[in-house]
Amino acid sequence: MSRPAATLAARARERGAISRWALLLALGIVVAAGTTALLVTIVEHKQEARNPFFRVVDLSDTTEDPAVWGKNFPFQYDAYLRTTEMRPTRFGGSEAVARVPTTTDPRTVVARSKLDADPRLKIMWAGYAFAADYRERRGHAYMLEDQMFTGRQQASHQPGTCLHCHTSAYVPYLRAGNGDLMKGFERLNPLPYDSARRWFDHPVACIDCHDPRTMQLRVTRPAFIEGIRALKASQGITDYDVNTMATRQEMRSFVCGQCHVEYYFRGSEKRLVYPWGRGLSVDSELAFEDADLKVDWTHALTGAPVLKAQHPEFEMWSQGVHARAGVACADCHMPYMREGAQKISDHWVRSPLLDINRACQTCHRYPEDELKARVETIQLRTAALRSDAMDALVGLVGDLATAVREGRSDAQLATARALQRRAQFLLDYVDAENSTGFHAPQEAARILGESMNLSRQGQIAVRDPAFRPEGLPAGAAQAVATMRAQTH
Amino acid sequence: MRPLPRAGLLAAAAVVVAGVALGVGAFTFVYARGYSYLGHDAKACDNCHVMNEQYAGWMRGSHRSAAQCADCHMPSNPVGKYAVKAWDGFWHSYYFTAGTYPDNIRISKLGERVVEGQCRACHGQIVQNIAAHAGREGDISCIRCHWTVGHL
Repeated sequence: MSRPAATLAARARERGAISRWALLLALGIVVAAGTTALLVTIVEHKQEARNPFFRVVDLSDTTEDPAVWGKNFPFQYDAYLRTTEMRPTRFGGSEAVARVPTTTDPRTVVARSKLDADPRLKIMWAGYAFAADYRERRGHAYMLEDQMFTGRQQASHQPGTCLHCHTSAYVPYLRAGNGDLMKGFERLNPLPYDSARRWFDHPVACIDCHDPRTMQLRVTRPAFIEGIRALKASQGITDYDVNTMATRQEMRSFVCGQCHVEYYFRGSEKRLVYPWGRGLSVDSELAFEDADLKVDWTHALTGAPVLKAQHPEFEMWSQGVHARAGVACADCHMPYMREGAQKISDHWVRSPLLDINRACQTCHRYPEDELKARVETIQLRTAALRSDAMDALVGLVGDLATAVREGRSDAQLATARALQRRAQFLLDYVDAENSTGFHAPQEAARILGESMNLSRQGQIAVRDPAFRPEGLPAGAAQAVATMRAQTH
Repeated sequence: MRPLPRAGLLAAAAVVVAGVALGVGAFTFVYARGYSYLGHDAKACDNCHVMNEQYAGWMRGSHRSAAQCADCHMPSNPVGKYAVKAWDGFWHSYYFTAGTYPDNIRISKLGERVVEGQCRACHGQIVQNIAAHAGREGDISCIRCHWTVGHL
């Protein structure tokens, strides 16, 4: 081999060696970097598992601002803030619709109008503020603003009582009552809405459900404290104090039942009353309000003294299979979630259909699609029945309105009006309830079937004053006459 | 002193980096208790907190004194056992590191087959009369009804 050839061969060998070592070096770098990255994530995960809790601020019974609580409980606070997010489900959820702000209503986003979706509601509520504006609900974060700016504020004068549930009410009630919750409640109820509004600062906050020292669940809304006491008294338990006598699992529903209930305002003091003195079923609630001769308004087309049912989620849930199985509101609407290794309640309170894995699959080990389909089947059937019941009610209202125009006497129309009052309350009860039947499917169907039956019997009663309907409590027609005399 | 040839420099660097990679790898293996996965103790399955609830459920379940996690979730034969350990172990590590897994985890198809087989590995003699009645849809599932025996 000549010298130059040997040099060339040596160079070629060296080039080969360089590229092999370079490849190995690159591989080594990638492996080292990857392993280090893995090590770092393992360290991080081990840190998470230590369950850190840092008390950085002291909370007292007057700490209302949730941002302050959020310093100690950042995960819960972050989730709570997400109730601003608007995500719809097939029936409900929280849907955002853009709107042009006006002088009386500066909102640029609102939920969909239920009145536009089903104009028959305006016939049911003729003469009442709900016929002016009624929308899908939005998240907790909007409770105060949506109440301040609803068209119902322009259509009628609302009392301070409304703020019992549309705000963080605990600290303001204590302040107004000089430390006495009940006195504050009684003082602010009869004020006009706008004057009472000045006492309140926040939508629902941590302190409305939690004891600031122990974080234990605590009921703070006066009407629930009184309502549940009346309910327990009807079951033979005297002097029931919800905050000392309820179990932990009961409290996981009771804190929600502080507001998600049927209610009415009693007398000129506008005291908020939860009508549970005879039980939690729709019939017990209606019987309670009947006994109080409660009239929300006189129907503009028929002259019937009628009632508005309000979002009875707590009562409807209590009639269903989940309640019977000991499942609380929070189990599905605030399911457990992991933040690192911490197990916390999701404070982004929302429809379980938006989080089926955590909300349903903890107990129901079936695919998400299957579970969603089951819920929607119940809701579609309930919606169809509700529509039929609405047709029946609209039929009765039409017949009654014609009879009124023809000048038929109050005595002749008393039975039909009593039937309208009852049919309308039952229909509204399911319509206003937030689950479209899911909380108690069979009970919702029973209520709607009953409502339909009463409406159709009402149509017969308009035609034949001698007709004796079934399903109307004795004295109901007489009570309607008394109510009409009262309100005129 | 003669300067090192370029190939020699690269070789030295590659050796050092390989050493670092090996060292970090070994440290990670020990730090993350990698060796525990070769054994049979149920504690290994709770090394990372994803399995906290299953582990706690097993402690309260009826099988805690009769079976470790691996007794139901790995085949009994050593080849199958380590093959499933390697396969499941890789995917568990992958999803845990990436963080893309739901809070309520559900068993995989393979995992379900293994568990059903392991039910029969111990209880086969007792259940053979029941299994004999399996219809056209195939084997009767034990855990469809007895889903709480392993962990609540």
